[in-house]
Amino acid sequence: MSRVGATLWLQPFMARPIALAGLGVLLVTVLAAAFAPWLAPFDPYAIDPMIRLTPPNAAHWFGTDQFGRDTLSRVIHSARMALLIGSGVVVFALATGVPIGVLSALFPRLGHLLMRMVDVLMAFPALLLALGLIVILGPSVANAILAIGVGYMTTTTRIVYGLTLRLRAETYVEASRSMGAGTVWLIGKHILPNLVSPLLVQASFVFAFAQLGAASLDFLGLGAPPEIPSWGNMLAESRTFITRAPWLLFFPGMMIVATAFSLNLVGDALRDRLDPRFRQVFGEKG
Amino acid sequence: MLSVRDLTVSLGPERAPVDIVAGVSFGLARGEILGLVGESGCGKSMTSLAVMGLLPQPGPRVRAGQVLLDGSDVTQLQPWQRVEAGHGRMAMIFQEPMTSLNPVRRIGDQITEAVQVHERLAGAAALARARELLELVRMPDPGMQLSAYPHQLSGGQRQRVMIAIALACRPQVLIADEPTTALDVTIQVQILGLLRELCNRLDMAILFITHDMGVIAQLADRVAVMYAGRIVETAPVGALFEAPRHPYTSGLMDCMPSRNSGARRLPTIAGQPPKPSRVAAGCVFAPRCASVREACRLATPPRAEVAQGHEVLCAFPLNGGGLP
Amino acid sequence: MSGDVILDIRDLKVSFTARRAGRKRRVQAVDGVSLSLAEGEVLGIVGESGCGKTTVGRSIVGLARPDSGSVAFRGAEMIGAARSSLREMRLNVRMVFQDPYASLNPRRTIGDAVAEAGDINGFFKSRAERSAAIAATLTAVGLDPSFAARFPYELSGGQRQRVGIARAILPTPSIVIADEPVSALDVSVQAQVLNLMMDLREELRLSMLFISHDLAVIGQISSRVAVMYMGRIMEQAPTRTILDHPLHPYTISLMAAVPKPDPSKRILGAIETGEPPSQFNRPAGCVFAPRCPLASNRCRGDVPELRPVGDGRVVACHNI
Repeated sequence: MSRVGATLWLQPFMARPIALAGLGVLLVTVLAAAFAPWLAPFDPYAIDPMIRLTPPNAAHWFGTDQFGRDTLSRVIHSARMALLIGSGVVVFALATGVPIGVLSALFPRLGHLLMRMVDVLMAFPALLLALGLIVILGPSVANAILAIGVGYMTTTTRIVYGLTLRLRAETYVEASRSMGAGTVWLIGKHILPNLVSPLLVQASFVFAFAQLGAASLDFLGLGAPPEIPSWGNMLAESRTFITRAPWLLFFPGMMIVATAFSLNLVGDALRDRLDPRFRQVFGEKG
Repeated sequence: MLSVRDLTVSLGPERAPVDIVAGVSFGLARGEILGLVGESGCGKSMTSLAVMGLLPQPGPRVRAGQVLLDGSDVTQLQPWQRVEAGHGRMAMIFQEPMTSLNPVRRIGDQITEAVQVHERLAGAAALARARELLELVRMPDPGMQLSAYPHQLSGGQRQRVMIAIALACRPQVLIADEPTTALDVTIQVQILGLLRELCNRLDMAILFITHDMGVIAQLADRVAVMYAGRIVETAPVGALFEAPRHPYTSGLMDCMPSRNSGARRLPTIAGQPPKPSRVAAGCVFAPRCASVREACRLATPPRAEVAQGHEVLCAFPLNGGGLP
Repeated sequence: MSGDVILDIRDLKVSFTARRAGRKRRVQAVDGVSLSLAEGEVLGIVGESGCGKTTVGRSIVGLARPDSGSVAFRGAEMIGAARSSLREMRLNVRMVFQDPYASLNPRRTIGDAVAEAGDINGFFKSRAERSAAIAATLTAVGLDPSFAARFPYELSGGQRQRVGIARAILPTPSIVIADEPVSALDVSVQAQVLNLMMDLREELRLSMLFISHDLAVIGQISSRVAVMYMGRIMEQAPTRTILDHPLHPYTISLMAAVPKPDPSKRILGAIETGEPPSQFNRPAGCVFAPRCPLASNRCRGDVPELRPVGDGRVVACHNI
């Protein structure tokens, strides 16, 4: 099963080269984050007033900023913040959304109450909600994760709630109940295993949108502290130099777009993998 | 009137096609009901869709053979071309009427739409024709039902509406794919009775597809039994039930509980139908056949006419009278 | 053959809330059903869709919540019983479901499915015992023990239904509730599965409640039949008695409508049965009165009680 499973997971990527390219971009980003100190040609914090706002050249491929810091090094180091925020938001959204969604579906009365609260949260635009929370909690990386995560907790809860309602009515769940299975058994053996694949897709989209959310907060000065390199911070700092030093905006901006876009491509490919019609085409039979 | 010759429907690449319908031939005369019977996956629905020109795209395609309607081949025509070219007309009804009806439009609108497409009638004339069609399918209270929505009707009434829509084009051939399988027996018997009546009254031919031998016995004039994409036996309904000549037909009848009252155990057919991609050489039924001989595994069996209008695809047909 | 009563259902009533035209309405799915299943017996429940036969089965295994009435297993009440005391009953009364595709979790192996009842209730003492039990049960339903490691999508419909049966007999129960176990299968496979169920019943000394819409299948497997219509039992009698000589007008019309596989006995056009009334609009008297050829004013006003008419038969009809 496992070998067959692995090739089946790869198939949607093989069938669509652009999704494979997306996977490649993500891999590069992860490697950049992991090996940032070794990959970056300069210290991202090193100030050198002599070379302020140098355009891209042989020594500084992406040019330098208004303090003479190397843009390439800062872009590479920023990948760490991007991954931290992304995974933080995904973990938060899943850790809150899955239990709320599953329990709401299994206990209708509790569900009625919780889902109405979720509806209220969903009524706010995600960014406005995040801004409001940051204003209350104060800007920090952890609070940024929390603020963005709340927005995606609601969508995750909705998805999990809907899926669980459907799973609860499946005959195999009824069969299990008829043999005396309790809630814990049903969740562990029947519901969670069937939620894994759709949640994988959801996680990839949440990760992508978290990038955009984090960049927005950083840009507004409400995310990571300004001295920490992040793509959003880099955009915010350099916006006054847009005419004199466009490379300062171009490189971090491109990274935000590239990672978000790649994550969406990968999410689409995963969703195709889960489509039952797709399974038939690729012969997941005996 | 309708004649199907060597129809072959295939899946997969051009170089290595998998035949899900392999060389099916049958004819259908005016006012006749031909029952096409077989188990799931035998290719009976694919045959009907190929005859209608409704094969799902992309997917299976007609690789060879002809579907002759009043003498002209329609396999290469698109459905709209069939209407425009004034070719003989065919209509089809399906198992689940709810999926073929638009849930948010009134019954009357859906029937008039079909009337307008086929007859260039408008307004009051189309509505009158719709009402007439509902009366034709013996819908109780047709005037009221014109303004009903599909969900307000029972399963049997919905199937009546589907038949009314199918009749809007005044078809010469009606293809019915398991139209009563989702219905209760007391409703099924009414729909079957309606189809028989329409066949006689409108002098229409019906190709009736089902898995149910009982329904075949009640409704059909002639029967074609399908197995693994091939028609293995064709016969008038009386002759077939009296003395099936193909071992598969015989086995199929034996394992029906209703023909077996009293016996402790039901006779069965060993094994399972082959997948279209793994059909054995020689006779397709040989691996499961109770009276298989060495020759069956080697050569494709001939199509033999054992009696007037009774054809069998078997090298060693049963000699009749094998059943009580 | 028949011995003590093993399962006793008394005056079972089950209703559901359904939405119609935006309003919530109660639908009486089962309206006062009493049945008793004797040790070693196969009792068939036959009826058309919506007659409540499936709901009766689901109430017994705890998947539907009755409004009133009692279901007693060997004299012990199951409805409203505490979960701890239900454990033994749940293992003893098991269900086989209709749809062999929907009734197996696509993400769990066949072995896990077969062993599920045991796993839930802590029946197996060791992994070795568990896998031996799975292998033995798969063999008993005619599957190779190697199927234990496979996933449902690798199996055909008939094989899946065998797995569904295996799941219901490990550990061996006293009663199997079979809800249309063969109606999703092709005739040739149907015969194999029916034979298997008859063999298992004998080997394992099971009592069985066999629910089906198909009179021929019911006739093949059960020793006694109850005919249900709109939530009530119309007639109940030994199988041969009812099949050879139905008494209730509904039983008669049901049997007449079954397409007989004999072209010399054509019934089309000879029968007008009408349609059952809406579930939201139950007749006041006998539920079959609106379709009954014998219906009188009394039938439209008074609900007929089931009463014995000899030969072990009970009928709910004023005209017999």
